[in-house]
Amino acid sequence: MSERKEGLTPKERMAIPRAKMPEQNPSARAANFEEVPLGLTPEQAMQEAKRCLDCRKRPCVSGCPVGVQIPEFIKLVGEGKFGEAAKLIKQTNVLPAVTGRVCPQENQCEGDCTLFKRYGGVSIGALERFVADYERTNNLVEIPPKPKSTGKKVAIIGSGPSGLTVAGDLILLGHEVTVLEALHEAGGVLVYGIPEFRLPKAIVAAEVDYLVKQGVNFELNVVAGMTVTMDELVEEYDAIYIGVGAGLPWFMRIEGEELNGVFSANEYLTRSNLMKGYLFPDYDSPLPPGKHVCVVGGGNVAMDAARTAKRLGAKVTIVYRRAREQLPARGEEVHHAEEEDIIFNLLSNPVKILGKDGVVTGMECIRMELGEPDDSGRRRPIPIEGSNFEMECDQVIISIGAGANPLLTKTMPELELNKWGYIVVNENNRTNIEKIWAGGDIVTGSATVIEAMGAGRIAAKSIHAYLMDLPQPSADKEGAV
Amino acid sequence: MKGEIIINEEVVPNVHRLVLSAPVIAKRAKPGQFVIVIPDEVGERIPFTLSDWSSENGTITIFYQEAGVSTMKLTRMEPGDIVHTVVGPLGRPSKIENFGTVLLGGGCYGLGAIYPLAKAFKKAGNRVIGLFEARTAYIVYNEEKLREEVDELYIVTADGSRGLKGHVPEALPYILEKEGKIDYAHFIGCTYMMMVSSRGTKEHNIPTIVAMNSLMLDGTGMCGICRVEVDGNTKFACVDGPDFDGHKVNWDMVFARKHAYVAEENMAYQFYKTRTDGASGECAKKQREVA
Ligand SMILES: Cc1cc2nc3c(=O)[nH]c(=O)nc-3n(C[C@H](O)[C@H](O)[C@H](O)COP(=O)(O)OP(=O)(O)OC[C@H]3O[C@@H](n4cnc5c(N)ncnc54)[C@H](O)[C@@H]3O)c2cc1C
Ligand SMILES: Cc1cc2nc3c(=O)[nH]c(=O)nc-3n(C[C@H](O)[C@H](O)[C@H](O)COP(=O)(O)OP(=O)(O)OC[C@H]3O[C@@H](n4cnc5c(N)ncnc54)[C@H](O)[C@@H]3O)c2cc1C
Ligand code: SF4
Ligand code: SF4
Ligand code: FES
Repeated sequence: MSERKEGLTPKERMAIPRAKMPEQNPSARAANFEEVPLGLTPEQAMQEAKRCLDCRKRPCVSGCPVGVQIPEFIKLVGEGKFGEAAKLIKQTNVLPAVTGRVCPQENQCEGDCTLFKRYGGVSIGALERFVADYERTNNLVEIPPKPKSTGKKVAIIGSGPSGLTVAGDLILLGHEVTVLEALHEAGGVLVYGIPEFRLPKAIVAAEVDYLVKQGVNFELNVVAGMTVTMDELVEEYDAIYIGVGAGLPWFMRIEGEELNGVFSANEYLTRSNLMKGYLFPDYDSPLPPGKHVCVVGGGNVAMDAARTAKRLGAKVTIVYRRAREQLPARGEEVHHAEEEDIIFNLLSNPVKILGKDGVVTGMECIRMELGEPDDSGRRRPIPIEGSNFEMECDQVIISIGAGANPLLTKTMPELELNKWGYIVVNENNRTNIEKIWAGGDIVTGSATVIEAMGAGRIAAKSIHAYLMDLPQPSADKEGAV
Repeated sequence: MKGEIIINEEVVPNVHRLVLSAPVIAKRAKPGQFVIVIPDEVGERIPFTLSDWSSENGTITIFYQEAGVSTMKLTRMEPGDIVHTVVGPLGRPSKIENFGTVLLGGGCYGLGAIYPLAKAFKKAGNRVIGLFEARTAYIVYNEEKLREEVDELYIVTADGSRGLKGHVPEALPYILEKEGKIDYAHFIGCTYMMMVSSRGTKEHNIPTIVAMNSLMLDGTGMCGICRVEVDGNTKFACVDGPDFDGHKVNWDMVFARKHAYVAEENMAYQFYKTRTDGASGECAKKQREVA
């Protein structure tokens, strides 16, 4: 372990308690849509930075899908050089204000931190968020000088984190970049899925604006495959990146799903976030408040839907078929949901949605127990016969996952897909078609923001090499470093 | 894309013709497809059928009825105004083949919306029989334009004030008698008209397509609100449709789902009207006086 300037011993560092980020208190926040964690103060950030042991093996860096230079940026934070720290992070991660807030850190960087088990990992996410916010709010974000133009044109389909990353990387290399987005706002899940109280939309807008200022051209309301065909894009552009996400909501295929009051989480969250339904009737799109809302599922999406329903005034129950330990959501989201008095009805699975006159009145569920581990390594939930029970509710939000949206891919039969409809790519995120790359959720299935960004970075390198007649980058797991 | 309004006129009571500048959509549009429009920055995403387009002029035409807050906002916009968003073309284009004799029925906005289909079916070599269904004679519109494309045009009014009296099922035997055989039928209009018409054609074993107009949000297959049950399977009207086999649609479900947001829609309508017109409609009155 290398010595730090302040000369604290590892023991002294470990003795520092992990920073606790101030938060809006649960009863107040359950009635507003403002952000819940309020961010570290500069003092807290510098103190937290002192906890880092600057491990030679940098396990935290291997835990981060894009290999953010964690100990190095934390060192800068410790020295109060917040702006420099932000710049260092941005070499590998162009959206730190976003990832600092939404990465499942406990499974990634922080989970692999040397201190994780005994003392709680260094709050890498909170520090990342802190420096990015510091940079933005203090107007330290500099627009890089315009590089020499290569004259090459790249089209990026989809403006989610993955597409934004490709755009950011390629514009810096002098290519002409156009992002095509089907919706009327850029950001993908960051604008239509993740709620304001977890990721303020002003932050996403600032990131998009940063790309615009660098010269990225955004064309909103363009549905690739419909408004423009893939053939036309192939004709007009030198390279194409497909980052259309995994936007097809799954339903449970049980009785009653057609009833009014049954939403997919995508519908519910899109109404709330993109269409600002929570501000109805100042905004026109309705988001009717429920009295008792049941959310089916246990991932981030389910937590977001549940906490949104809570903020609209409902009593909310999450119905999930496995146990608490298996909830796929970020730890912090589960914790926040519990604090907000969201009820968890675990080891239960809906079998039927009950209704009267076309409207939901309740749900019939069955109790589950955990059996042998399945393919995913998690213990398989098995229904307990005869354990059916009913619960009353007036809304059901189905949040059991999403699949590949075929809207674009079906217009291009020659594009190779796997049996679930996801696009097949090689280690450089190239598809089987000469000029076309793909990445993010449309390749991996629903994953994480930072993984989608990592894929974008790998693709950007490969696209650049292709455009400039350079050798293709060799496979390299930490594509970003 | 934003769309500049070129024409926005009421053609008959409560049916408006809107011509928007949208060159990219005009270039790509095919019969049976639709667009989504957001009137202003706080507006909803609302779907409308493409009723005509001109790739030379870069314009698209839609016919709309004032139903709620969004369409009311549209009625109050003027040439030169810009709608916040127009995106499309969306949905699968209608299946156009030489079927023989095609019955093409429109009700409500469908009187306008069947026009491009008439053109396409004609071009494909069909004998095209147009059918306008309206409540009463004075709300029939688009007649001359459609007559240019169809071989025959029947008008059916609920009150019998023009043409045949009743609805499509009552008119069908008469039309069949005059035309001989009908090989294929296609209906666009309000849900009730499409359902009743499908029941009518079923009795005569005429294959029938309807242009489903379920509630929509994104129009790209992402939210699932537009789901309909067709032949026992769940389909998303925006990407799998809007055209479906009218004999296989679960109509009860379609009707139930349409009412998902009625209370809120009414509230939004009243809210907007009150805010813009004043609680007693003072503002509107004054405007009228000035005008
Ligand atoms: C509610 C919710 C909460 C989540 N929470 C977290 C979290 O806390 N942490 C985390 O790491 N991950 C989270 N995720 C997952 C994460 O958001 C995704 O893995 C990530 O956004 C995928 O990025 P992407 O760029 O591949 O696609 P997306 O973000 O899905 O973006 C795809 C974009 O492409 C557009 N598009 C689609 N088709 C077309 C077309 N034909 N033409 C033009 N544009 C098109 C879409 O409109 C969309 O804007 C969450 C997901 C959801 C839904
Ligand atoms: C593919 C498609 C094509 C369409 N084409 C046309 C068209 O060419 N011209 C036209 O006038 N309308 C068309 N519609 C219907 C149109 O979208 C609705 O009338 C419109 O959304 C109403 O918006 P609003 O805010 O003014 O009314 P709202 O306040 O949203 O609704 C007012 C009333 O209309 C009903 N309604 C709402 N949405 C729909 C809908 N999608 N279909 C039927 N009734 C609805 C509501 O239940 C309510 O009773 C189409 C719908 C679809 C899905
Ligand atoms: S990008 Fe995510 S995983 Fe990587 S360091 Fe930042 S918070 Fe951790
Ligand atoms: S593993 Fe933890 S303590 Fe070690 S360098 Fe990384 S952040 Fe610092
Ligand atoms: S409108 Fe959202 S899936 Fe069809």
